[in-house]
Amino acid sequence: MFSNFDFDVILRSLPYLFRDGMSFTITLTVMAGSLGLVWGTVLALMRLSDFPPLTFLAAGYVNLMRSVPLVLMIFWFYFLVPYIGQWVTGASQPIRVGAFMSSLITFALFEAAFYAEIMRAGIRSIPRGQMAAAQALGMNYWTAMRYIILPQAFRNMVPVLLTQTIVLFQDTSLVYVLSITDFLGAASKIAQRDGRLVEMYLFAAVVYFAISYAASNIVRSLQSRIAIIR
Amino acid sequence: MNYYWNWGIFWQVSPDGAHTYLELLLDGAVWTIATAFSSWILAFVLGSLVGVARTVPSPWIRRLASGYVDLFRNIPLLVQMFLWYFVLPELVPHAVGVWLKQMPNSSFYTAVVALGFFTSARVAEQVRAGIMSLARGQLLAALALGLTLGQSYRYVLLPMGYRIILPPLTSEFLNIIKNSSVALTIGLLELTASARAMSEFTFQTFEAFTAATIIYVVIALLVTLAMRLVEGSVAVPGYLGARAVAAKVK
Repeated sequence: MFSNFDFDVILRSLPYLFRDGMSFTITLTVMAGSLGLVWGTVLALMRLSDFPPLTFLAAGYVNLMRSVPLVLMIFWFYFLVPYIGQWVTGASQPIRVGAFMSSLITFALFEAAFYAEIMRAGIRSIPRGQMAAAQALGMNYWTAMRYIILPQAFRNMVPVLLTQTIVLFQDTSLVYVLSITDFLGAASKIAQRDGRLVEMYLFAAVVYFAISYAASNIVRSLQSRIAIIR
Repeated sequence: MNYYWNWGIFWQVSPDGAHTYLELLLDGAVWTIATAFSSWILAFVLGSLVGVARTVPSPWIRRLASGYVDLFRNIPLLVQMFLWYFVLPELVPHAVGVWLKQMPNSSFYTAVVALGFFTSARVAEQVRAGIMSLARGQLLAALALGLTLGQSYRYVLLPMGYRIILPPLTSEFLNIIKNSSVALTIGLLELTASARAMSEFTFQTFEAFTAATIIYVVIALLVTLAMRLVEGSVAVPGYLGARAVAAKVK
């Protein structure tokens, strides 16, 4: 079964896999995660606002993103972003957008819908009295959000947000459909060049498993440490 | 924006000469639904077994089941799909591998198996959460009444558990519909792949993707509405609504 298993192909391609592939995957995960979290928090605040058009817009955005497959969204943005860029910059041609920028925009906008739902749950879990107390102290909406509500909501939701980020880390492998050299893309290129599909895909699976498993264990231990005692 | 819109494209004949582009997309939607349903059956059966195994008294079975969940949850779906499609036929005896590779519709069967196992780990977590959310006394009472462990699960724990976890199971089912689009990487012509093919044949990219998006949204809406009816009819009387409970266990 493993008689002609070639470990050497893995060893030979390690620098390429990690320096080109994994660095792309990690950078994309971290940047899309941060941007998505910011945009997601804004969406959550919009959805919880008293102004119906904002609520409607945010809910529509979140529901649309959540009912369409990520693969389709990746294709959508890959073709759409150049036109948006042209519209924003006023250029005469659709502008050229690199693979990284295109996938960063896709993942940030897509994951924002999921972060928004998490942040909304987090904000709603804060007792109403906190907002009332903040306003009684003379804070306006933004000050109360900034110093009272969001820090607590964020803290309560850190484990869920991190779990979602692990999902994002796994989902970034889907940029494969654009032939981008992320970790899986790099493994796949070596696999097809050397005809070593078995070795490379198994190795990719092991690496993804090790990282996700370690990360979710860290999240689990974090969860017990940062829980607010009530 | 200097993009040439042509919404009439859907009624033009696609390169296969027999079907219009609209039919091409609808054909893709049928594959999406077929894949989602078949893999859901697999995911539900496996997930229920593993979920139950995570709650039984024997620590070895529990450990095995939680290993299963960790394994299938921590590898990206795309990688799992490649493992089933490219790697498995090489690792089994040669004759079986050849049979696997030459099977008609092999990408469909592979997608069903990959999606089924991937989702089963998630279903297992929900089933476990459902069982764990029941009061411990339910199992003890069942055992005290003389039911065997199997009977306690069959007649007491699982009927309640499933009713409680129906909302999260619905979202898992919605996820499986969306995740079936990953099967385009192994050559299944489902909805996203059809839209992609249409955009490559016609360069009417945005029309194709808009249509695919609408079809996905409609499917999701139909499933959500149907499940809301089911949820209403199986809701456990006396609970604050299964939705709140599901949010808590998640």
